[in-house]
Amino acid sequence: MNRPPVFSRAALILTTLEGVPGKTIIQHLGLVQGSTVRAKHIGRDIAAGFKNLVGGELRGYTELLQEAREEALDRMTSEAQQLGANAVVNIRFATSSVAQGAAELFAYGTAVRVD
Amino acid sequence: MIELLIFLGLLAIGYSVGSLLERRHFEDLAQREQQTQGVMLLNIGAKPPLPPAQAAQLFMGSVVISSDYFKTFLALLFNLMGGRIESYETLLERGRREALLRMKEEAIAWGATQVINVRLETASLGDQSGQSGLVALEVIAYGTGIR
Repeated sequence: MNRPPVFSRAALILTTLEGVPGKTIIQHLGLVQGSTVRAKHIGRDIAAGFKNLVGGELRGYTELLQEAREEALDRMTSEAQQLGANAVVNIRFATSSVAQGAAELFAYGTAVRVD
Repeated sequence: MIELLIFLGLLAIGYSVGSLLERRHFEDLAQREQQTQGVMLLNIGAKPPLPPAQAAQLFMGSVVISSDYFKTFLALLFNLMGGRIESYETLLERGRREALLRMKEEAIAWGATQVINVRLETASLGDQSGQSGLVALEVIAYGTGIR
């Protein structure tokens, strides 16, 4: 689990709660969202095909989806930063398959200013 | 000709009996709603106050896990007969526990004493038709770590 550090996000506090513990919300700035649609990688698919014989984790896919989710989160946080937020609360993730072999990863939350 | 008559007959029965039953059910619902008017229903109010903490951060753990050939075959068999598909139940259990652990380990590395408001999300990755034979699912766990 070594993931590259994301610098742009460090400035914002992200939580799945209604607020930020130890801080008070001074302004709600509205819903922010970020999404990314990814297609399956053919090389990874072949590897996955082999792996499907014996079962277990498909590491390539885990990483692919992790990267994609980070990207969705980054888009969400940059939208929040543009609104002047310093935190995003009540974050939720969703995944939906758009077409054969492609998936959308989606993150959304409420941008707020906390003090 | 007879087939058409049967079809029209069934249509008439479906319409008359169906709408009669529906009307009765609505009357019953209205009456019971009146009787139970005194109690208000709310889907809010279960949220405890935010715990005191110095810092809070989002943590995620995810895993893509696939079934093996034997399990896929077994599931196909059970699909015909119905009932529990135990081979897939264990697959889901492995995925959930792994995702939760990854989130937890990351939070512990950060110094979290608690991870609160944890959510689990599952998505199927295999194509719906099952033609490629790939049975895989992604499990993601996420929550807020506090310290």
